[in-house]
Amino acid sequence: MLLGLFADIHANRPAFTACLADARQRGIERVVLLGDYVGYGADPDWSVDTVRALVADGAVAVLGNHDAAIGQTRVQMNAEAEAAIEWTRGQLDSAQRKFLAELPMRHEEHSLLFVHSEATRPDAWIYVTDTAVASRSMQTVSAHVTFCGHVHKPALYSLSVTGKMTTFVPTPDIPVHLLPGRQWHAVLGSVGQPRDGNPAAAYALYDTVKHELTYCRVAYDAADAAERIRANGLPPWLADRLLVGR
Amino acid sequence: MDQATFEPGSTLDGFIIEEAIHRGGMATLFKVRRDDDPMPMVMKTPRIGEGEDPAAIVSFEMEQMLMPRLSGPHVPKFIGMQDFASHPYIVMERIAGEPLLARLPELPLPYDEAVAIAAKIAGAIADLHRQHVIHHDIKPSNIMFRPTGEAVLLDMGLACSDQLPDLMQEEFRLPFGTAPYMAPERLLGVRDEPRSDLFALGVLLYFFTTGVRPFGETETMYGMRRRLWRDPHPPRKLRPDYPPWLQEIVLRCLEIEPAWRYPTAAQLVFDLTHPAEVKLTTRSEKLKHDPLRTVLRRRFNKELTRPRAVESMAAHLASAPIVAIAIDVAEGSPALNDALRVTASRILATLPSARLACLNVLKLGRMTIDRTLDEHGHNKHVDRLVQLRHWAEPLKLEDDRLTVHVLEAVDPASAILEFAQAGRVDHILIGARRSSVLRSLLGSVSAKVASEAGCTVTIVREAQPAPPRSAPRPAVQEG
Repeated sequence: MLLGLFADIHANRPAFTACLADARQRGIERVVLLGDYVGYGADPDWSVDTVRALVADGAVAVLGNHDAAIGQTRVQMNAEAEAAIEWTRGQLDSAQRKFLAELPMRHEEHSLLFVHSEATRPDAWIYVTDTAVASRSMQTVSAHVTFCGHVHKPALYSLSVTGKMTTFVPTPDIPVHLLPGRQWHAVLGSVGQPRDGNPAAAYALYDTVKHELTYCRVAYDAADAAERIRANGLPPWLADRLLVGR
Repeated sequence: MDQATFEPGSTLDGFIIEEAIHRGGMATLFKVRRDDDPMPMVMKTPRIGEGEDPAAIVSFEMEQMLMPRLSGPHVPKFIGMQDFASHPYIVMERIAGEPLLARLPELPLPYDEAVAIAAKIAGAIADLHRQHVIHHDIKPSNIMFRPTGEAVLLDMGLACSDQLPDLMQEEFRLPFGTAPYMAPERLLGVRDEPRSDLFALGVLLYFFTTGVRPFGETETMYGMRRRLWRDPHPPRKLRPDYPPWLQEIVLRCLEIEPAWRYPTAAQLVFDLTHPAEVKLTTRSEKLKHDPLRTVLRRRFNKELTRPRAVESMAAHLASAPIVAIAIDVAEGSPALNDALRVTASRILATLPSARLACLNVLKLGRMTIDRTLDEHGHNKHVDRLVQLRHWAEPLKLEDDRLTVHVLEAVDPASAILEFAQAGRVDHILIGARRSSVLRSLLGSVSAKVASEAGCTVTIVREAQPAPPRSAPRPAVQEG
């Protein structure tokens, strides 16, 4: 089965629309959503409705820290993220908030684990940014592949039977065979706010039969997404960074 | 997990196991066959028992990742594999004959034979690099030849690709490979340098032409690290008749600093197949290795041996293309030849590692007997070479970036296409003649080259006078 995996959509409607269309054209049979549907972007209302419709249709969706922050009174985030959360709260109705609040922290099936951040303590929202964190995350789970987001920069880690780690920055469109002999930790790039220097929206495909993971990049109308952020009075840096992918 | 026995006569996933043909430290190879499949095959299984080297597992995993992605005549064809979930194996095409290792008792080989072998291996390396893979274990036991002549590179167990995770990188703290052939930067932990394969080929060519390994057979860390500062004895010291052009090639491959070696394997093929065009430097004249002063400076100046960041392989290969330019020095119009020079200079200005091969076709009559000398008694071939150099002079290229070639042929387009294929040319520049009676009778050379070449072709035209305008051109920006 071909999975389409999407992380950190962040209320970016043009980016998520473009990624979904690209993934459907490549024949995805199941959608997996790795959290952070809202925050930063200008279309939280549309984003939550779209995710809700996908879940009703059989998609897997887990909770992200921005989604969790909507229902919390005390939030520990930087000023811009907090301003965006504050604004987002006013955009969502109670049914949309309830949907976000009830999302699971993690979901596991057929030796694949889906989680927003590091897997040992998902509610601590730890970034998987190096081999030390990735190694800890893998050693506490039995899954063959752990998929997460949160970092906004694509990376792929593996743990060998000899206990050694590898780290790798994926090449777009080149399938990587996730050998069954080792454990893998795939950090997805962000759909709605890429930070690896490439402004194109990021998502991934995973073929559960061939065990092949492909990182994909999709060009989308980032200027439109940025304009909607500015028009809604959100912090301007949230608009500017979309154009440079930082 | 069932323990596969790999007994002769047993069957595994449809493969009938015949006999073990090689038992190495890392893997065992079995001859296998499949019903209704005439292809000779070999099954490779890693040694994963108690007390075996964990490197065997990791290098086998690396082969599992790489083999299905490789294609072409320079690697064994991949047929199938099974992972560690059951009995791990890879099945691939079995190449007939003996590996190059079998030639060791005959060393040193005659120069021309060793050079021909090295050119085939360099061609295979170029093809592997084009597929984003660095071999990292180029040595005689990993090289075979097809009956059609192509070199085949075996054993991807130490290889890596910039498009895949490098499983070996963090597995071993010490460099892993074959000591006599290992490039100096490998000893510093660098695994993303494609020119490490050119160093290994330089070792092989040195060994095959002198009978002596340039860095001995030492396997101690100190013995291996010596190559970071101590250069080998020049081949001419060992064999006084050693051709200077060959020493130039060998010592350039063996440069300590990768940037001083050939930029690409394709450029090395070019020199190996055009000895007369090899630009000789002080390397070709050396009779002893570097003085102690130089060696000490290398040894204690850490800056020289510091690993450097390497660009991606694709970017590296793209930065050092071989550009061939076809010039009609005899009948071509000066304006067209100028236009060709302008186009060439634009390309060369942006790519400092690119090299330019200037071609001219000396057309032979299909029926007549050609004379080497023209009516004034000049040698036509030499005359053309002089004219090509004269054409290229304004480009002011360093000697090692420019070569000139006169091809004698009945059909100019075929000669250019053959040259491009054999010389692994990346880009052909060719002028288009204005419509003429000659072209309508003979067909266009540039059109044939453009339609049949395996590489990029740019058709260059001389500047035309602007056509008369019937209406004033609209302003660029309106409103």
